[in-house]
Amino acid sequence: MKNLIPEKKQKTKNTLILRIHPLWFCCSLEWYSSPLFLFDIVPQTITGHAYPKFVKIVEVGPRDGLQNEKEIVPTGVKIQLIDMLSGAGLPVIEATSFVSSKWVPQMADHSDVLRGIQRAPHVQYPVLTPNLQGFQDAVAAGATEVAVFGSASETFSKKNINCSIDESMLRFEEVINTARERQIPVRGYVSCALGCPHEGHIEPSKVAEVAKRLYEMGCYEISLGDTIGVGTPGSMFKMLQSVMKEVPTSALAVHCHDTYGQALPNILTALQMGVCVVDSAVAGLGGCPYAQGSSGNVSTEDVLYMLHGMDIETGVNIAKVIEAGDFICNALRRETNSKVARAKGRTL
Amino acid sequence: MAAVLKLVNRGTLSSAMGQQYLSFSSAPKVQAVGFRAGQALPEKVKIVEVGPRDGLQNEKTIVPTETKIHLIDMLSASGLPVIEATSFVSPKWVPQMADQVEVMKGIGRIPGVSYPVLTPNLKGFQAAVKAGASEVAIFGAASELFSKKNINCSVDESLQRFNDVMKAAKEAGVPVRGYVSCVVGCPYEGKVAPEKVAYVAKRLYSMGCYEISLGDTIGVGTPGSMIEMLEAVSKEVPISALAVHCHDTYGQALANILVALQMGIGVVDSSVAGLGGCPYAQGASGNVATEDVVYMLHGLGIQTGVDLSKLMDAGAFICRTLNRKSNSKVAQAVCKL
Repeated sequence: MKNLIPEKKQKTKNTLILRIHPLWFCCSLEWYSSPLFLFDIVPQTITGHAYPKFVKIVEVGPRDGLQNEKEIVPTGVKIQLIDMLSGAGLPVIEATSFVSSKWVPQMADHSDVLRGIQRAPHVQYPVLTPNLQGFQDAVAAGATEVAVFGSASETFSKKNINCSIDESMLRFEEVINTARERQIPVRGYVSCALGCPHEGHIEPSKVAEVAKRLYEMGCYEISLGDTIGVGTPGSMFKMLQSVMKEVPTSALAVHCHDTYGQALPNILTALQMGVCVVDSAVAGLGGCPYAQGSSGNVSTEDVLYMLHGMDIETGVNIAKVIEAGDFICNALRRETNSKVARAKGRTL
Repeated sequence: MAAVLKLVNRGTLSSAMGQQYLSFSSAPKVQAVGFRAGQALPEKVKIVEVGPRDGLQNEKTIVPTETKIHLIDMLSASGLPVIEATSFVSPKWVPQMADQVEVMKGIGRIPGVSYPVLTPNLKGFQAAVKAGASEVAIFGAASELFSKKNINCSVDESLQRFNDVMKAAKEAGVPVRGYVSCVVGCPYEGKVAPEKVAYVAKRLYSMGCYEISLGDTIGVGTPGSMIEMLEAVSKEVPISALAVHCHDTYGQALANILVALQMGIGVVDSSVAGLGGCPYAQGASGNVATEDVVYMLHGLGIQTGVDLSKLMDAGAFICRTLNRKSNSKVAQAVCKL
């Protein structure tokens, strides 16, 4: 059976060129006038596109993915899944969440999971910590990186975590300050970056404001989440344009949901704008709680297929990710959401 | 029962879950933004709807003639400018298209909308014209093995056969669209050289095809291979005469379409509800869903002339008839089909 997954392209000849920033005609006046943004020197392929040479994949399947699966997954299965993902070369694997098990029963075994996994060297295993209590429990269980979740929508913040954006920032500040003392890096998430299930359209400037606050509080990276997957390359572009005025591109990540099938073109857009960190979930685990029966997270396998086909390195072995996806889908007795996984092995 | 969906203004979001999200796809005030210096996206994109032919041809269930006609009429009403109606191949090979004449005669043709039909040879062309066809299409392949296995002759021999069709079409004043299949990969040969695709595209264009649709038949393409192929082809055929026909078997279709748009291509083939699986990957998806393409294009501020709600009604209709789930993620999210 012929393997139809494309082999890595021949490397095209790279040249360094001085170019006018590709976003010049979209910039606001103040940005355009800054000499820092007018010219840059970037490596370009002969085809004229400047893409990152390396993209860091942040695997969120074991946390964000499983959290949205109805069936409670046994601890042993979670641990095996994470171990398989570690074996695939993923550099970051979000392992679990230290939230109250009353709210998220799927994550009740957080300490057991964190203690049970085999940590591969050079792999990060961040965990969610919504408040100081969660942070302390996470550290006690051996966490060496944590994440906090903000929202660009007031209504979503109130309905999801029962407080305003400002109030949530105060809570996170406690976590971040304590984490700093313990030298534990903190990743910040901004949800509803391209739309809210309650408010609808979200102003890019609001996303930028929240991203900036998290970054200035001390988050080393800000993951911008299209929580309901309504974004398109058009809205992704405008949102990133706004956020990039406040947070360095090198500190940004995109977390695209595939509910409307737009995740890969949205990710492509982000790459074209210089973002080089992408969140995804093995097998596209985790549906969308706001669109019953629809998909949620973009599949890691499909993202890898695209990146590798563009000669972008990830350090990840796609075949092993597919195996991990097969494993968890068998355990959940459900079909994969990854088109690559579905097509693999069924070709002539 | 398909929900009656309306594109709602952002300011008057409906509380019904799902329907309100269609507003995210309409961005009339957003200028089509280009991501590369000096390269703007097309303001308008022509969608070539291939569901009734390419889509249904790959569906196992034989669809009654009246259903096909009703589907095409619903698609016409949604504003699609081109709808591939049927195929004048021998019913022995493609039983789904056996009612080709009845379909052509039965549809309500909207002025300004084209209804091309496939004509693999002169006999098919003559039958098509007799049934009222005013535009036809021919299919070449960029892979020798695929050509041999699919239509039992080499690429050059197939182009030779089409000469008769081209000659007759020219005399009758009937425009001809050319398709090239396996433009990035072949189920038998694997990777296909971009130069080969360019060669076949150039031949079809020189023979008189007004437009060449480049098909990623097994959906293995990525933006990387897509750009490489399009660069080779655009050296031989003007970009304005090119279209992309992306399959979503590996989930890459929309990303591939986006890079094609960024290269200046303004014609995209797609299939309502993503009709038509992949005959080379059992259970995998095939054609990209028109709804998902239109959602992306509208979100980019690109005009298509298509009413997404009416398009989704057509998709819901055919999926109910086929008793299957839509392959369109937009439809799944909004209609829960």
